[in-house]
Amino acid sequence: MAATAIAIVRSRKLFAAVMLSGIFSLIAAVFYVHLTAVDVAFTEAAVGAGISTLLFLATLALTHTSTEEPHKPVRPLPLLIVVVTGAVLIYGTLDMPAYGDPEAPPNTHVIPRYINESGTEVGVPNIVTSVLASYRGYDTLGETVVIFTAGIGVLVLLGRGRRRWRPGLKSKNEDDEPGRGAEA
Amino acid sequence: MNVLGLFNYWIVVILMMAGFYVVIAQENMIKKLVGLNVFQVAVFVFYISMSKIDGATAPILGDEFEVYANPLPHVLILTAIVVGVATTALGLALIVRIRDAYDTVEDDEIQRIEETEA
Repeated sequence: MAATAIAIVRSRKLFAAVMLSGIFSLIAAVFYVHLTAVDVAFTEAAVGAGISTLLFLATLALTHTSTEEPHKPVRPLPLLIVVVTGAVLIYGTLDMPAYGDPEAPPNTHVIPRYINESGTEVGVPNIVTSVLASYRGYDTLGETVVIFTAGIGVLVLLGRGRRRWRPGLKSKNEDDEPGRGAEA
Repeated sequence: MNVLGLFNYWIVVILMMAGFYVVIAQENMIKKLVGLNVFQVAVFVFYISMSKIDGATAPILGDEFEVYANPLPHVLILTAIVVGVATTALGLALIVRIRDAYDTVEDDEIQRIEETEA
């Protein structure tokens, strides 16, 4: 996974970078299965690796971007910022609970109740589903509001005003919009 | 201290910094968004790796299982993935619009155009 990330940083072709980000998402999904987060893996594979890559490719097609970038040397100031931030974050991890520790703070608070009671209280065997739809239902409502707003934003940005500007791109626009409806 | 137990956090930090570097060092806006996605996935991996418990199964109730992974981070990240795609779509729409107005998606070229117009 780290190798793919570094390949993305180093790749000069835009198309390659987009494809690598799809591969990156897919590897992340496999990793989630290993971490027993099957629902997340499913979503990541479908949404992260599928729809995101599709959207990026649609943008590449719409903007007709030249795929070959001139070679740029490693820039010292951003690299310095990144290295310093990374070092501070790694220093911060020294206080974190160890991987897989059942006594870690995130695993000891509300979670036992979800695990013990959700079967009788909600009646769905999948705990993730019952937490998502029942205990944290408002979260999910907020999520749909965000997606709705984003959908409206996309429609406004790529909507009628744009077509008046560039009648040549009209048909491409219309191809693009149904995909956005499906993702909500 | 168990250094190997922190290895997952270090991977997350490396991924995060790779994404961060792309966001601040690249001029191409589409590349910047790819970097943002990498950063985002790093945060997801961070959360999910916190929910891992040794010997636990996926959080789906069954009679033969005793230990389950922590379901709460899974729920949060499920929401975050979908919201992340929504924001990516919005960013890409903005890029399409910027390219309409300036005929380029390179940050430095837009800066140059702005300066010559001003």
